[in-house]
Amino acid sequence: MKSLVAVLTVLAAIIAFWYAACVPMNIKGVLDQVERAGVEVTPATAKERRDRGEIGLVAQNTFAIGDTWVQERPRLPAPHQVAVELWETTVEKKITSKRSLIYHAQVTLSATLLGFAIGTGLGILLAVGIVHSRVMDMSVMPWAIVSQTIPIIALAPMIIVVLYSIGVQGIIPKAVISAYLSFFPVVVGMVKGLRAPDAMQLDLLKTYNANTNQGFWKLRLPSSMPYLFASLKIGIAASLVGAIVGELPTGAVAGLGARLLAGSYYGQTVQIWSALFAAAILAAALVALLGLIEKVVLNRMGVRA
Amino acid sequence: MNMEPTTQAIRPEAAASAPAPANCVIEARNLDLTFQTNDGPVHALKDVSLEINKGDFVSFIGPSGCGKTTFLRCIAALETPTGGSLSVNGMTPDEARRNRAYGYVFQAAGLYPWRTIAKNIKLPLEIMGYSKAEQEKRVNQVLELVELSGFGGKFPWQLSGGMQQRASIARALAFDADILLMDEPFGALDEIVRDHLNEQLLKLWARTNKTIGFVTHSIPEAVYLSTKIVVMSPRPGRIHDVIDSTLPKERPLDIRDSPEFIEIAHRVREGLRAGHGDD
Repeated sequence: MKSLVAVLTVLAAIIAFWYAACVPMNIKGVLDQVERAGVEVTPATAKERRDRGEIGLVAQNTFAIGDTWVQERPRLPAPHQVAVELWETTVEKKITSKRSLIYHAQVTLSATLLGFAIGTGLGILLAVGIVHSRVMDMSVMPWAIVSQTIPIIALAPMIIVVLYSIGVQGIIPKAVISAYLSFFPVVVGMVKGLRAPDAMQLDLLKTYNANTNQGFWKLRLPSSMPYLFASLKIGIAASLVGAIVGELPTGAVAGLGARLLAGSYYGQTVQIWSALFAAAILAAALVALLGLIEKVVLNRMGVRA
Repeated sequence: MNMEPTTQAIRPEAAASAPAPANCVIEARNLDLTFQTNDGPVHALKDVSLEINKGDFVSFIGPSGCGKTTFLRCIAALETPTGGSLSVNGMTPDEARRNRAYGYVFQAAGLYPWRTIAKNIKLPLEIMGYSKAEQEKRVNQVLELVELSGFGGKFPWQLSGGMQQRASIARALAFDADILLMDEPFGALDEIVRDHLNEQLLKLWARTNKTIGFVTHSIPEAVYLSTKIVVMSPRPGRIHDVIDSTLPKERPLDIRDSPEFIEIAHRVREGLRAGHGDD
């Protein structure tokens, strides 16, 4: 109960801050609008207002504060505007509609999941190789680290152009970018996890004359599970970012990234913000789902509740 | 993980050529082991010669750094001596390891937390390819042997430290190794639990007739359990004294108050003190 109050307090503070921020952000647009409608504002013309500080303008035109939360194309939409847009484009639109966020989220989600599957598979394979081979450890690990230092926004267009030139398009290029972002946390987590057994555990297997294979399946893999799940949670969020970034440079017509792009072309800030929130909600749902799977798996492995 | 056999510095012929009693299972002759460390070479074992006969209960006692654990690990082929000869069951230690000649009990129970007690005991059996029916049979057998019947379905964290260590002993007993190597198995347990486990271990030894190598730094534990006590001293690790116990095989806990027991304990203590004299 106490923690619920705390959580709600933080949430209320964020929303209050957001509403407050809307006022100076949108005041110039509102004043321009009401001036055209014939209301007297201070200073009187847009030209005079241009170089004035926003806070000062708000102080001089307090009557306009209410309007900053209900503009049609605000610089910063108010929380309720985003909420209404989210409601209208998810619940009230048919899923097949091009304006349904569910439709766009589903396009992005499929690329995310495909990329996540590729990235996770690749990451686990690389980790197994790195743990078992010193050569791979020395030759692969540095490249895996370097790969993550390149900004994905610079790399994504190149991946798409290169794949397009060999005839690959559609979901695959997006999934590749997704996989590129998600394999890394899996590699790092799994290498750590597969190396988690201590010297005594390895000695014990040696006294049984166990082979490498048995060591992997009976000791290393089960030991790595908690590490794997931690990595997967980071990986799936990274996958989603990758899929969205993959939709930006292609001028894609569908997907949350396309929705962001279209919103910025037409100055539809409410649309941009609702797409952002849709992405955040999707990411949270995916991470929560993984958390649930983790709980079930670790429970079955006898980990103390 | 490298589980390939390591190259052996010791030659079995050398060990075989020396006359050894027919029932000698472990024989070390002039064993040397030097570790190369960043701070220069460390002489862990120097000129260690010892014979362990079938059915012996041998304790290794000494201060830390005396090489008692290292010697046990050499027998188990977890360390490779740099000189001298060592034979286990007439083979090199590594051959003996590959023949699964011994069960090893570590200081920590080291049970897999994701396996139940029964599944933990099955681990070596699975690796060694025992049939499912045989696995079941043996698990029940050894659980009974360490008085843990009925705990097979529990996870390790549901058991006390002493029970976990008993489960790890059961795991080492599950397959047919006639040597049991124990590296301070009760070191982390409190005195009352330790007494109880010592008593149990003696009964178990009498029932199974195994040859046991037991590392400890408790004098009463060493005297109470052993037929032979090996007192070691450090820098370099070497054998200071070997004491053949005169205590009867049947040993109730209160034998520790008998004059005979106190006399042996005294000799061990003297040995430990003398071994320490040079630092």
